[in-house]
Amino acid sequence: MNFTLKIWRQKDAKSKGAFKEYHVKDISPDTSFLEMLDILNNDLVHAGEEPVAFDHDCREGICGMCSLHINGHAHGPEQGVTTCQIYMRQFKDGQTIVVEPWRSAAFPVIKDLVVNRSAYDQILQAGGYISVRTNSVPDGNAIPISKADADESMDAAACVGCGACAATCKNGSAMLFVAARVSSLAKLPQGRVEGARRAKAMVAKMDELGFGNCTNTGACQAECPKSISIAHIARLNREFLSAKFED
Amino acid sequence: MSCFLSNSSLGRKLVMSVSGCFLVLFILFHMSMNLVAIANAWGNHPFGLNYDAICEFLGTNWYALAGTLVLAFGVVVHIVYAFILTFQNRRARGNVRYEVTVTEKGVDWASKNMLVLGIVIVLGLALHLFNFWSKMQLVELLGHEPENGVELIRETFSNWIYVVLYLVWFAALWFHLTHGVWSMFQTVGWGNDIWYPRLKCIANIVATLVFLGFAAVVVTFFVLSLV
Repeated sequence: MNFTLKIWRQKDAKSKGAFKEYHVKDISPDTSFLEMLDILNNDLVHAGEEPVAFDHDCREGICGMCSLHINGHAHGPEQGVTTCQIYMRQFKDGQTIVVEPWRSAAFPVIKDLVVNRSAYDQILQAGGYISVRTNSVPDGNAIPISKADADESMDAAACVGCGACAATCKNGSAMLFVAARVSSLAKLPQGRVEGARRAKAMVAKMDELGFGNCTNTGACQAECPKSISIAHIARLNREFLSAKFED
Repeated sequence: MSCFLSNSSLGRKLVMSVSGCFLVLFILFHMSMNLVAIANAWGNHPFGLNYDAICEFLGTNWYALAGTLVLAFGVVVHIVYAFILTFQNRRARGNVRYEVTVTEKGVDWASKNMLVLGIVIVLGLALHLFNFWSKMQLVELLGHEPENGVELIRETFSNWIYVVLYLVWFAALWFHLTHGVWSMFQTVGWGNDIWYPRLKCIANIVATLVFLGFAAVVVTFFVLSLV
């Protein structure tokens, strides 16, 4: 398969970027999208050009590092998968593919397709954890948790913090990420204790870092590689508002 | 509390939700009231329905004036917060936009265009205040005799230009409500995957009732002006 790639190239955070066109040839349909970029980079290195910088790590859909906006979609055209789980057979032979970095004021471009997502780390550091001493691992059923609660918690915990939600949201809102973190802990007895403090602290940090206001479009849910539901945003709203009214 | 309602993103959204809920309730009341005008369109008062009596009741009595002030406050708060939220959201989005954009699966057009729809609604509201409020409650406040409600409706909607403008206004309101009504439940935390289809269905029913109720008055009086 042959493809025309329009890729955002930007030397560093301060430089002005632009799209550059590349052509890749004889790509196997079973090549993953990131492997296709590896092949392109190999060609660029051989040609003495600067390879395209892009984030990646596990390439198994669990680390959340890959963060490409492909043909208008965060993580590409397939729903419920990360960029590394996209294969070239999902594109048409001869297709032009536009590859962009996340676009959000809170995720500044570092180089080419790599953005700085440390804002999410800062939100987590504000309260996305349990601070009680838990000692060694308890017996599996020592603390009874209903199946429904455990399922909801695990669904929210599937969030890999890739940033697709804020990058997709027309408001640059990080609500789905914050909601997933708050919700996954709020549904468990260990996390319930600090629920109010956590919701207030994480929302305050999110606002401080300049993320936008959620307007419930649901775009984040549609583009999330882990299909996190906006029902978790409703729970975050409940947690935050009840905490505020209790103050 | 004031801090939280103005300084927090979720607080600002709560203000939008509560003020929006108040405006939806007012619109439903206004629409119900307008339907009485249809009953009087042929010059009689079936079942004792009398639109002019309602207009007189809601004239310049203290409760009507207090209600008008509260309503105006609700409208102003909703509009001011809408602009504040939009300004902050555009800043959060950044200056560089995507080269390729798509409509994500399951995302309604209205949900991404609430401000534009809101501006159309405000323009329609300005026209409506000019056509009716300025000739009824305002003139009464200024010490003059207000115009007859049914006759004012008859005169206004005998002009096809006003008919078209009002129907466009109602269409914008329909789109705005299809997203706004379910969204206000989500913002206060009353939503989950089971209830989303139900809430969106309720929103569509409310929006359609409002559209049909208001449009019925306009169309009825326009058709009567032709015969």
